[in-house]
Amino acid sequence: MYLTSDAIDLGSLLAQVQSPRHGGIASFLGAVRDHQAGRSVIRLEYSAYQPMAEAECARIVREAEAQWDCAVALKHRIGTLHIGDLAVAIVAASAHRDEAFAACRYVIEEVKRRVPIWKREVFADGVVEWVGAGAGGQRGSGAVEEANSVVDHSASTSIAHNATGHRAES
Amino acid sequence: MTAVASTVTIRVLLFASYAELLGSDSLEIVLDIPARVRDAVERLRAFPGGERLPAKPLCALNLTQVTPDTLLRPGDELAILPPLSGG
Repeated sequence: MYLTSDAIDLGSLLAQVQSPRHGGIASFLGAVRDHQAGRSVIRLEYSAYQPMAEAECARIVREAEAQWDCAVALKHRIGTLHIGDLAVAIVAASAHRDEAFAACRYVIEEVKRRVPIWKREVFADGVVEWVGAGAGGQRGSGAVEEANSVVDHSASTSIAHNATGHRAES
Repeated sequence: MTAVASTVTIRVLLFASYAELLGSDSLEIVLDIPARVRDAVERLRAFPGGERLPAKPLCALNLTQVTPDTLLRPGDELAILPPLSGG
């Protein structure tokens, strides 16, 4: 499962992709930011079209793993998230760093572009707005931005090429 | 009397801002055959609150993205997707 309503466990994502053949591991973490366009954000609320989101995440992970000979773990949180919470985590492991970085970047960009997940921002002044859903479909990246780290999310089911014991996670 | 079906009933799923516009996240609609995705969207736009739906929203039929021309079959699940904002 790529979506979770529980806190993202980076350790389990990392464990899913670590392998004796993987010398480079890159991760991307998206955390809830306390501001958006100069306004104070107090929390984000994520929802998803879950069956399609799961299928799309699986496709993205498979694409990355095929293109860069790597193992990718991916997790996206849904529900109510507070400042600092991880909303998304990607960990990519490959023999060398170039492939790991490239896979990681690919997965986050495709997740944002293709996976049916939505978030609404709850501002300190009480206003609530769906990101990107303004009258004309205003675009906003939301209050989530990246942080680097070594985590990831697991694509458990499609991680067949991870030589190590990546465990299937629910 | 053998009646040939002249309509198709589908399930429509609405998410996020679109669910708020229509005041529902799931509804059934009945359309005359042949019915295409665009006909379903047009019907939704006639509902109270639906006038603010775009004419060509992102749509997924049975979990796969489709174009407005796609034909609808009985039992199809059509999801109307607001601009994505995951990540």
